[in-house]
Amino acid sequence: MTAVSPPVQPLLEVRDLNAFYGQSHVLHGINLHVNPGEIVSLIGRNGAGKSTTLKSIMGVLRSRTGSLKFNGQDILKMPSNRIAARGLAWVPEERAIMSTLSVKENLELPPARPGGWTMERVYEAFPILKARGHHPGSKLSGGEQQMLAMVRVLRSGPKLLLLDEPSEGLAPVIVQHIGQIIAELQKEGLAVLLVEQNLKFATRLADRHYVYVDGQIVEEVQRHEVEARREDLLKYLSV
Amino acid sequence: MTIQFLLIQVFNGLVNGAFYALLSLGLAVIFGMLRIVNFAHGALYMLGAFTAFALGQLLHLGFWPSLIIAPVIVGVVGMLIERGLLKRLYGLDASYNLLLTFGLTLLTQDLVKQVMLSKFAVSSAPYTPPDSLSGVVNLGFTMFPKYRLFVIGLALVICLITWFVIEKTRVGAIIRASTENPGVTRAFGIDVSKWVTGVFGVGVGLAGLAGVMAAPIYSVDPYMGAELIITTFAVVVIGGLGSIMGSIITGFAVGVLAAIGAALYPPIANTLVFILMAIVLLVRPSGLFGLPEGTR
Repeated sequence: MTAVSPPVQPLLEVRDLNAFYGQSHVLHGINLHVNPGEIVSLIGRNGAGKSTTLKSIMGVLRSRTGSLKFNGQDILKMPSNRIAARGLAWVPEERAIMSTLSVKENLELPPARPGGWTMERVYEAFPILKARGHHPGSKLSGGEQQMLAMVRVLRSGPKLLLLDEPSEGLAPVIVQHIGQIIAELQKEGLAVLLVEQNLKFATRLADRHYVYVDGQIVEEVQRHEVEARREDLLKYLSV
Repeated sequence: MTIQFLLIQVFNGLVNGAFYALLSLGLAVIFGMLRIVNFAHGALYMLGAFTAFALGQLLHLGFWPSLIIAPVIVGVVGMLIERGLLKRLYGLDASYNLLLTFGLTLLTQDLVKQVMLSKFAVSSAPYTPPDSLSGVVNLGFTMFPKYRLFVIGLALVICLITWFVIEKTRVGAIIRASTENPGVTRAFGIDVSKWVTGVFGVGVGLAGLAGVMAAPIYSVDPYMGAELIITTFAVVVIGGLGSIMGSIITGFAVGVLAAIGAALYPPIANTLVFILMAIVLLVRPSGLFGLPEGTR
């Protein structure tokens, strides 16, 4: 505890995070935090380390050092199933819809926890998932897969959602729908750490942005600064 | 060659097929989740037969209680092997698993041989089926041993229950998800390593069950698993490791085909399974029910 407590305790606090793929050092001293109910985006080019950050937080990538605190608790050493049980949920970029499971089995796979979405609520919000319940997960369209991937983890009632490129490869109208869902989840108090390359999508949703270059955070941009800085941000994203 | 003779061979083949199916089913379930080819499967099958024999000698337990207790003991031994040994090899080259499970085979065989010699003063021993299953049944075309019909029936029931649990229940969904994408399944809050241990235990428990079922037919011998496991691996190659139902069907089908082939041309009896394997490898290397690598 410092002498002066911050106004809110961050939900997620990442300090000096370094991560490695075998011999290669891919994250260099990442510092970031997410407050309760906040949407924070990580923007940057392909390979800048955004997805690696999410995997490191979730404990899917194990070779990492630094400090990871969730709700004030150190989660660095925990296996990812225990990290999930604390209220963190990860939606990977490839969505990871299980092809050997039906849509319904995919939905019911994450353990239901108190405060999580019931199946009734899932089906009310996404009737298409009920209609497709007995199809294999792999037979859904890209947009339906993204909905399934997002709503699936909500059954465990997470406090923070790690969302990796939810807009990738989807038609504009579906991207808009996904954006509405994320905004609604925020209204219910869910915090989101969003990885995006689609700047328009990210800036419409997020309260703050961290800019990634080569495994490091080079800038933090607040929502009200985005308009003035849009040109600079686009440069960070262009190849 | 008469139809009657062929029908008898079909039933003899189904008895062999029952053991192939139970063993290859266990191998397939284990391979799916652990990516391990369990070479110790034959030795654990033998351990099932030996455990039933030892339970009879030491505790005077008959066939029926042993049919339940022995597979459970073998399953627990399997879980200890997974927790204590196999677990340390995950992430290493597959050859380490082969060496370990092959070494465990030799160790188990010789250990059982020593115990049988020193404790019971026999190198192999017959095992009597219960009275209720002795005698023969009139099938219309032949008199067939009642016990062997029981083996076919029980193997079918156990195989179908296993299939049902894996393909149709929540437990099965967790197993399938852990097989397909263990990293994401764990990140959902599911303790995948606990399930891995359980699945290995059930897989080798099926081998132990097959061992108890085999004891009255082949008698209890420390090396009874050695030959059977080689044929079973050929069955696994023929069926492919892709599907549960595939390994069940292939197990019974290979048993029947081999028995009919042996009746038509007796010299081929011991090699027919391997000829089938060679043909399948040439035509469809991933096996009849297997999916080519990369599409899994």
